[in-house]
Amino acid sequence: MSILVNKNTRVLVQGITGKEGSYHASACKEYGTQVMAGVTPGKGGSDFEGIPVFNTVEAAVIETAADVALIFVPPPFAADAIMESAEAAVPLIICITEGIPVMDMMRVKRFLAEKPVRLIGPNCPGIITPGECKIGIMPGFIHKKGNVGVVSRSGTLTYEAVLQLTERGIGQSTCIGIGGDPVNGTNFIDVLEMFEKDGETEAIVMIGEIGGDAEEAAAVFIQKNVSKPVVAFIAGMTAPPGRRMGHAGAIISGGKGTAADKMAALESAGVTVVKNPALIGEAIEKCFAK
Amino acid sequence: MNIHEYQAKALFRKYQIPVPNGDVAFSPEEAASVAKTLETPICVVKAQIHAGGRGKAGGVLLARTREEVIPLAKEILGKILVTPQTGPEGKEVKKLLIEEGADIQNELYLSLVADRGSGSVVVIASTEGGMEIEEVAEATPEKIIRLSIDPAFGFQAYEGRSIAFKMGLPKEVIGQFVKLLGNLYRLFIEKGAMQIEINPLIITGDNRLIALDAKVGFDDSALFKNPDVSKLRDLDEEDVLETRAAEFGLNYIKLDGKIGCMVNGAGLAMSTMDVIKLAGSEPANFLDVGGGASKETVKQAFQILLDDPNVKGVLVNIFGGIVRCERIAGGIIDAAKEVSLNVPLVVRLEGTNATEAKTLLADSDIELIVADTLWDGAQKIVAQVS
Repeated sequence: MSILVNKNTRVLVQGITGKEGSYHASACKEYGTQVMAGVTPGKGGSDFEGIPVFNTVEAAVIETAADVALIFVPPPFAADAIMESAEAAVPLIICITEGIPVMDMMRVKRFLAEKPVRLIGPNCPGIITPGECKIGIMPGFIHKKGNVGVVSRSGTLTYEAVLQLTERGIGQSTCIGIGGDPVNGTNFIDVLEMFEKDGETEAIVMIGEIGGDAEEAAAVFIQKNVSKPVVAFIAGMTAPPGRRMGHAGAIISGGKGTAADKMAALESAGVTVVKNPALIGEAIEKCFAK
Repeated sequence: MNIHEYQAKALFRKYQIPVPNGDVAFSPEEAASVAKTLETPICVVKAQIHAGGRGKAGGVLLARTREEVIPLAKEILGKILVTPQTGPEGKEVKKLLIEEGADIQNELYLSLVADRGSGSVVVIASTEGGMEIEEVAEATPEKIIRLSIDPAFGFQAYEGRSIAFKMGLPKEVIGQFVKLLGNLYRLFIEKGAMQIEINPLIITGDNRLIALDAKVGFDDSALFKNPDVSKLRDLDEEDVLETRAAEFGLNYIKLDGKIGCMVNGAGLAMSTMDVIKLAGSEPANFLDVGGGASKETVKQAFQILLDDPNVKGVLVNIFGGIVRCERIAGGIIDAAKEVSLNVPLVVRLEGTNATEAKTLLADSDIELIVADTLWDGAQKIVAQVS
C-alpha cells in the first residue's frame, strides 16, 4: 500500500512538449511510471518518445484511461490547464508550475470545489511512491521503499529529509510536496489523514514553513486523529517579518505565521519537533527504536 | 510589490473611489505649486515611503496656509524617517504627497485581502478607523466585520449593505459605501492585488466618504498581466543588491548577519539560514538560486554576496536533484576564480554525482572547505568566521 499513487497509476502530462515537461516526462518514465499520454494543444496526433500526444485532456483520457494529470504548463496558462483536467474528471491533478497568480488559484479552487478531483500543488515537486512510480521533479534515486510518509511545503528541503532517511536505511511509503503557494489544492490535514489510514505507513515526517496557519491547523488535527508518530520541522526560524522568502506563501504578516508559533502548536499536539533540519532522519530513527 | 500612497490614490481615482485632491511633489517648490491648485487653504504634507507609521514618526504635517507648505516640505524632504516598519536604519524621504485637508467627522477602517485559508478575497471593516487593525482585533474583536467574497460570482451589493448596516453607518453614506466597496473589489481583481487597506476611510461633516489613506500591495506573480502596475515599482524603496539579484533570476533578501549563503530551493534556503543560527552565527541573507543553478547564476550570486560588506564567510548548500553536482562544482570553481573570493568558503553538495563533485572541488586550486552534511557545513563556516 501507499497513498494516492502506485504501480498501476496511469499518468498524462500537460505541456509534455515543453522544455520542463519533456525532460521530466522522460525521467518519470525511466523511473518506471506509466506515462500514458501527453497533452499539447495543436500537437495532437504526434508522439513524444513513443508517448501519444493529444490536443485536449478529454481526448487523452478517453484514449488512454489516464487517472493522474501532471502539469508543466507556464504560469499564465496553468490555471486553465488545471481546470481542463478537472472538467475531464481526472481524479488526481498534480501541478508543478511555480508563479501562478493568486487570483487565478482562487478561481481554480472554487472550480474544483464542485468536482470529484484532488489537486496537489501548485509550486510543488509532485508525489512519489518509491519503487512504484514517480510523478514529479524529485530525484528518484534518493528514495527507498519503506514505511515513512513524508509531506512537505518545500522541494529541495524534502529531498534533504528523504536522503537522511534513506542513508539510515529507512524507506518511504509515499512522499508528497503540497507546494509553497498561499492558495493550494491539498493541505497537510488531507495528507495526514491518508497516511493515518494507510497500512504501510508507520511514521510521518511533516515539513512546514513560515506563513499562513496550515501547520497550526494540522497540529489540532494530529492531536485528535493521528496515532502514528509524527516528526516535524518548520523552516524560517530566522526569517524576517514582512518578507516573502522565495515561496509566495512563505511570509510572516501582522505577526502571524512565525516558525515559533507553529513549532509550539505542533509540540503541544505531541509531535516531535526538530529545530535542526539535519536531525529529521535521526528523530524518525528514534521513533522506530521505541 | 508595494506602491506609494500617491500612486495608490491615482489608481483609486481611476476606479471612482473618492480621495482628497492632491499630487506628488519632489521639491519644496513643486509642493508649493501643488498647494496652489488645491481648493482648501489647509493642506497636508505627507512623506511618501513604503512603510506605515509615518504620522507618529513626524512624516505627516498639517499646513494651516498654502504658504506654510514650503517650510514643512523642506522639513520632511531628505529626512530619515524611522517607523516600526522601516527598521532602525529608517528610510529617506524623497517625495511628498500634498493634498487638501479634510473635515473628518468619523474614521472607519476598510481593507481587502487575498485570504489563503478561504481561498477568496476577504473584506475587513471596522468603525475603529485610524488605529492599527491588529490592535483593534486584540482589544475589541467584536468591532471587526469579516466577509469573504465568492470568487465565482464576485462582489454583490447586498454584501456591501450587510457590512454597512452592521457598522451602523448613517443612511446617507450606505449607498456610497456599497459603490466604493464594489469599485475596490474590481480594482483588486483587475490589477492583481494582494491587499488594499484604507485607514482611515472617513465620513466628512457633509456625509461624504473619502479614502484618506491608501495602501496597495500587488501579487508579484500577477504583474505580467498588468504592465502598468509594474511601472509603479520604485527602486529607491528597494535594496540595490535585491534589485540586481532579481535581474538575474535570483531570489535574494538581505539580512544583518555575517554569513552569506547560497542555496537552491526556498525551503532549503530558509533552513540553511536557520542552521547557521543554530551553529552560533547569523545569516547575512536569504538566497535561492533556483532549480537550474548554472555557472553564470552561481557567479552572479557570489558577486552579490560579496558586495555585502557584512559578509565574512560564505556557505554554499546545493542539493542537486535535477542538476548534476559536478556541473555545479565546476561553476563554483570558475566563479570563485573570476570574483576573487577573499573570505572563507564552505561548500556542501549533495545529490546526483555528489562524490565526483567533491573530488573536483578538492582537486581545484580554490581555497575552500568541503562539508559532508548541512550541519557539518554550518559548523565549519561558523568556526571559520568566529
